[in-house]
Amino acid sequence: MAKPKTFDTRRQAGFTAIAAFCFIVLYLPIVLMVIFSFNSGLALTSWEGFSLSWYVTAWHNEVVQAATIRSVIIATVATVVSTLVAVLAALVMGRGKPFRGRSAMFALINQPLMVPEIVTAVSLLVVFAWVKTTTGYSGLGYLILAHSAFCIPFAFMPVRARLQGMDQTLEQAAADLYASSWQTFRRVTFPLLWPGVLAGAMLAFVTSLDDVVITEFVKSAGQDTLPTYMLGQMRRNLTPETNAIATVLLVFSVVLVVAFFFVSRENHAKAQL
Amino acid sequence: MAATQPNTDLVAANRRETRNRWLLLLPAIVILLAAAIGPLIVVVLYSFLVAGDYGGVVWHFSWDGWLGVFTTSDPFDGTLSLADAHISILWRSVKLSALTTLFCLILGFPTAYFIATRPVSQRDGWMLLITIPFWTNLLIRTFAIMGLIRNEGLVNGFLEWLGIIDQPIQMMFTDFAILLGMVYVYLPLMVLPLYASMERLNFSLIEAAYDLYATPFRVLRRVIIPAVKPGVVAGSILVFVPSLGAYVIPRILGGGTQLMLGNLIELQFGQARNWPLGAALSLTLLVMVTAALIVYVRASANEGE
Amino acid sequence: MIEVDRIHVRFGEGPGAFIALNDVSVTIGESEFFTLLGPSGCGKTTLLRSIAGFIHPNEGAIRLAGQDILSLPPFKRPVNTVFQNYALFPHMTVAENVGFGLEMLGRPRAEVTRTVEEMLALVKMTAMANRRPSELSGGQQQRVALARALAPKPKVLLLDESLSALDLKLRKEMQIELKRLQSETGITFIFVTHDQEEALTMSDRIAVMSAGKIRQIGTPREIYDHPRERFVADFIGDTNFVQAKLFADGTVELPGGARIRASLPKDAVPANRAVTLVIRPEQTVLEQAPEQAQLSGVLENVVYCGTDTHYHLTLTDGARFVVRRQNNPARPVTFEKGQRLGIGFDPQAAQVLEG
Repeated sequence: MAKPKTFDTRRQAGFTAIAAFCFIVLYLPIVLMVIFSFNSGLALTSWEGFSLSWYVTAWHNEVVQAATIRSVIIATVATVVSTLVAVLAALVMGRGKPFRGRSAMFALINQPLMVPEIVTAVSLLVVFAWVKTTTGYSGLGYLILAHSAFCIPFAFMPVRARLQGMDQTLEQAAADLYASSWQTFRRVTFPLLWPGVLAGAMLAFVTSLDDVVITEFVKSAGQDTLPTYMLGQMRRNLTPETNAIATVLLVFSVVLVVAFFFVSRENHAKAQL
Repeated sequence: MAATQPNTDLVAANRRETRNRWLLLLPAIVILLAAAIGPLIVVVLYSFLVAGDYGGVVWHFSWDGWLGVFTTSDPFDGTLSLADAHISILWRSVKLSALTTLFCLILGFPTAYFIATRPVSQRDGWMLLITIPFWTNLLIRTFAIMGLIRNEGLVNGFLEWLGIIDQPIQMMFTDFAILLGMVYVYLPLMVLPLYASMERLNFSLIEAAYDLYATPFRVLRRVIIPAVKPGVVAGSILVFVPSLGAYVIPRILGGGTQLMLGNLIELQFGQARNWPLGAALSLTLLVMVTAALIVYVRASANEGE
Repeated sequence: MIEVDRIHVRFGEGPGAFIALNDVSVTIGESEFFTLLGPSGCGKTTLLRSIAGFIHPNEGAIRLAGQDILSLPPFKRPVNTVFQNYALFPHMTVAENVGFGLEMLGRPRAEVTRTVEEMLALVKMTAMANRRPSELSGGQQQRVALARALAPKPKVLLLDESLSALDLKLRKEMQIELKRLQSETGITFIFVTHDQEEALTMSDRIAVMSAGKIRQIGTPREIYDHPRERFVADFIGDTNFVQAKLFADGTVELPGGARIRASLPKDAVPANRAVTLVIRPEQTVLEQAPEQAQLSGVLENVVYCGTDTHYHLTLTDGARFVVRRQNNPARPVTFEKGQRLGIGFDPQAAQVLEG
């Protein structure tokens, strides 16, 4: 039985087809890359059978091991630092009265987002090169500092958004019910802020872990992170080992982003009630 | 009379508040000064110095860095002529970024519209599908594209298998490869703001337009597009700005031959060892990006009127 | 009990400053249900928030039981607020919300638990103790907010438009509930509303405010029957304003020429001058014979409103006048549009206002 055909006012000819094309195009290359990480042969495109051998190779590759550890150390420290700093700043900037220097402060915090990465990268190269020769120190500190700086806006944004969405009368209610400023922060503000802090930390961690350009320019010799190691491999010898490493990184990012999605959706649902 | 005295503790409270405020902001200021804005100021300084023989700078004031952006000086008589290589790289950067923006818009607009017209419960899920690639490592996505378009890659393999070609089509290391990579990588940046404004679109406006005899195309042109213009502008800027400063994508997909501004800058700090020129080129890029952002701010401010 | 002494509140600086409260003084007694009534922007919420401690007046004093509380931050004032949007902590259960104030005051756990139970019983929410605020209906959230504010046994409870978010039926229920809670606890309630009906039904006394000033303070009956200003008369209830002339012997001449002895204001009004008479529509009757009535007018429109019918007339001086008559199907009356009718009323029900 044919349904009576009604006119769909929202339909635009061809839009659904283009959308479908977009979704396929967005995922096809990634899916292929993942598939070929399980290729048993050396080829990147001709399928020779399923195998985990490239994951095993990558796992035992000492350079990869070292780069992974380095990536995780940098990302962890940068996340902790940038999140702490961003939460403090957001508490001042997220609301409250406007004050002198507020918009300058916003510009400062968002500066890493506005300036092209390559420009930040070369400017850090220039300054750190000078500091390196002057002090003789060439440890991971430079990378950690650089990562902490460009992670700040990512950690800042969700916290600020959460503060802005927060009902300010809740804090007034706490004060009205005899809570001191510190008690209000600990018992009301922070618990409500927490999902934003968590989200900010996750974004900061992913951002740091994924960074290529700034790391490539700031790192000293022998300080490859996982992305810069992969960048090097792509120019030299491409084997499915790179696919395997990329797949692991990909899975990690996807898990974090999906977790972030569900955390923020939960909050959203709660906030709407 | 005490009751009409202004409250002096109000003033003291204000002063205390100001002090606490800057105390809380201090860590952010220190880190950003040390590793973001500070180094940028140093770059401004370096752009007015003389290049050292083995990289670095010599502390002499000079316009050479800035002159080098558009001109080359003859090694024998020192006469200046236009630097064709730089200009063509600059032109390629602007051209590829504009094309990237255009293609992202053509693909992203229908996609955002498709998502915005799904039932409310499904929209977040569709947006998640857009967000996942966005948060996936740029390098990985560039690498994934490379797997597709290499000479021994999937596209060529497929075409050869079909018998359409017997020689692989050279796609890597061309402007096409860079354009494809940038569209692929920056497409989510177009969809996100477009969706944000389409989600707020009042769909009864569309019904009103149909009621007043508009055709579907006219509805699109006269109602939908004007209503989501802020999203179009925001998305275009979000794509154009990083495209202009792209470094990884042209380096991998363009090889060493098809340079963009980002690669030209790297070259000055690497093999060419001309830091002042590199600094001047960096600032040129920064100025272009800032100009684009100002246009955006102006446009969105006008929108608010 | 609570004394507000000549407070001024300004927002902003210089000539562009907004004066939210202009020399406001009021004294509120023990166990009183006191209402601040006025249109939005009149300063009523500003006054409430000044008492709570969220706004610091630029001048003046606020005393609670003789002690100046202006220098105390909100968390040191024995005053609790029921917020307009309730401001229940979303991350705490109902019981945790209600116990929050006592916990902050450092009361022993056993006492907190006991008081929370008492309070939840008082507002009939015992069954919901472990729910989250988001799982409650608007009326239930309202009860929790009340319980939370009452739990620390404040000297004064402040209610900021607390019923405005509820639908009409629930609002009526909560009005009775609030009145009950107030008489059971004996706590002074200061209630802010823009709803004159709500104010009239619940309050012991009402302060009518506009433009940062208190216009009149009195019992609901005083405010309704004897408004002191045109604003008060207009804001509270439906009102007819009739231009008249006051003579030295205390009589008033109406537009038709009739002279009556109307209710004069407490402060003497200079004689032989134009005055305004306030006459409530429900205190008037229509009469078929215009000649014998105090006022007369031409019937322009008849509006049926269920319980009663409104008759819109034009007086001889061109002013509009509304008569309200309760409908009684047993005794139907018909007045024709365009007919000239008499308007009768008890002279004492007409209040004389200056000007």
